[in-house]
Order: sequence, then C-alpha cells, then structure tokens
Amino acid sequence: MLIDKKIERQTLTLSLKGELDLKTSESLRQAIDTEIDRRGIRTVILNLHDVTFVDSSGLGVILGRYKRLLPLGGKILIKQVPPHIYKIMELSGLPKIISFENESSDEGRTGNVQ
Amino acid sequence: MKKNKLALTFSSIAENVSIARMLIASIAAQLDLSLNDIEELKVVVSEAVSNAIIHGYQNDPNKLVILEIEYDTEALQISVRDQGCGIPDVEQAMQPAYSTDPERMGLGFVFMQSFMDELNVDSVVNQGTTITMVKDLNKNHASLH
Repeated sequence: MLIDKKIERQTLTLSLKGELDLKTSESLRQAIDTEIDRRGIRTVILNLHDVTFVDSSGLGVILGRYKRLLPLGGKILIKQVPPHIYKIMELSGLPKIISFENESSDEGRTGNVQ
Repeated sequence: MKKNKLALTFSSIAENVSIARMLIASIAAQLDLSLNDIEELKVVVSEAVSNAIIHGYQNDPNKLVILEIEYDTEALQISVRDQGCGIPDVEQAMQPAYSTDPERMGLGFVFMQSFMDELNVDSVVNQGTTITMVKDLNKNHASLH
C-alpha cells in the first residue's frame, strides 16, 4: 500500500492506495501515530479513493486512531470511499462513529456514500 | 462440472494474507461469480487467515496455515486450519465486537457469518482451529447485500 502524506498545521491528510489488510494496516497505524506524537496532529483525513480492499484489520486501525484522537480533542474524517469498500465499512458500523465525507467533484465514484 | 480441490500451505506471516485472497478471487472468477461475491469471498478468506496468524499462532511466523478450497456447481467450501493455541470459548469469540485486542474490532466472524451460508468453527485448545465456510452457489448471484 502506498501512503501519500500531507501536513498542514494540525491536520494530517493521508491518501491511501492499494489494499488495507493485516500486512499494510500496521504501516498506516505508524504513519498516523508518529504524526500525532511528533507534531501534535489533531485532525486526520483519510482519502480512500484508491483503496481496493479493506478487512477488519484495516477497520480496526481506523477505529483505533479515532479512539486515540478523541481524548486529545481530535477527529478523523474519511473521504472518497469506493462503494464496495463503503459496504464493508457500513456492515462494521464504522460510519455511525466516524465522519464520512463525499465530494461532488468525484464524478459519482462515491455515489453510494451518504 | 467435476469437483475441484485445492490446498495451499503457507507460513503464518501477514504477507501471505493477500496471496490467499488472490487464490480465492481467481477461483471465484472462474465460477463466474459477481464482483460483489468476489469481494465478499476475499474478505472472509482474509479474516480467517488473519485470525489463524494473529490468534491461532500469536504472530509466530514459523508456523503453517492451511487453506483448502473445494467446489462444484452446487457449493464452494473454504477451510482455514491452524495448529495453534485454539479458542477456549468459541461462542464468546464469535460475538460481534468481541476481541482480545483493543485495536481490532472483533468483526472477523461477523463478516464470515454475513457473507457465507454456513460457518463452522472447530477448535481444540492447544491443538488448533479449523474454520469451515460454505457458499451456496445455487442461489445464483442472489447475494446483493
């Protein structure tokens, strides 16, 4: 999985590409936790446009970062989720806890996202 | 179609989870399953194999996981076996959101139950766990969750 990282003030934006599973979710965890610890990041934006697979290892890391940020007054925002990935997330109940954002500029690829 | 059987034995390392997924995806594509079904099968294999590595073998990379796939026109059966620590209380482990690790969501069995028609967990403490899942193929792409 490729992780493209952008930091602006206290906001970390990560664009992910590839599969988010047991192998790759650990590097996502480290990428986020390092910035929370080092730079006091409080908002994490995950762009999942190019994610092709997710399972409970990936979802667990996202939920884990939400739980880390919450007591720090931070938040996590998920953007541009492909429909088949959103289905898995929906079954997990994650959208009830974490904010999802659809972007109209995305030509309907995330059309199923609320 | 004749019955076809495949078995893959691999080291209990995270890199092999995606290889296990590729195998089930190729078989599902040959069976002409829908893209949605293929996605779901990839998730269940991923969950079962990850469970074997993380829980069965407690991340010991020197153990072996066995993935067996068997199918005909009627059904597709997937089994994932480890010879690890076993699950003391299978019923508890299958509860939604039950997890021994706070970073994980305890969702593995939820996905396996949702996406497959049968799920059987056979586990003996200190001997290992076998997860067997069956997808009924006669429903003909009916699985539009």
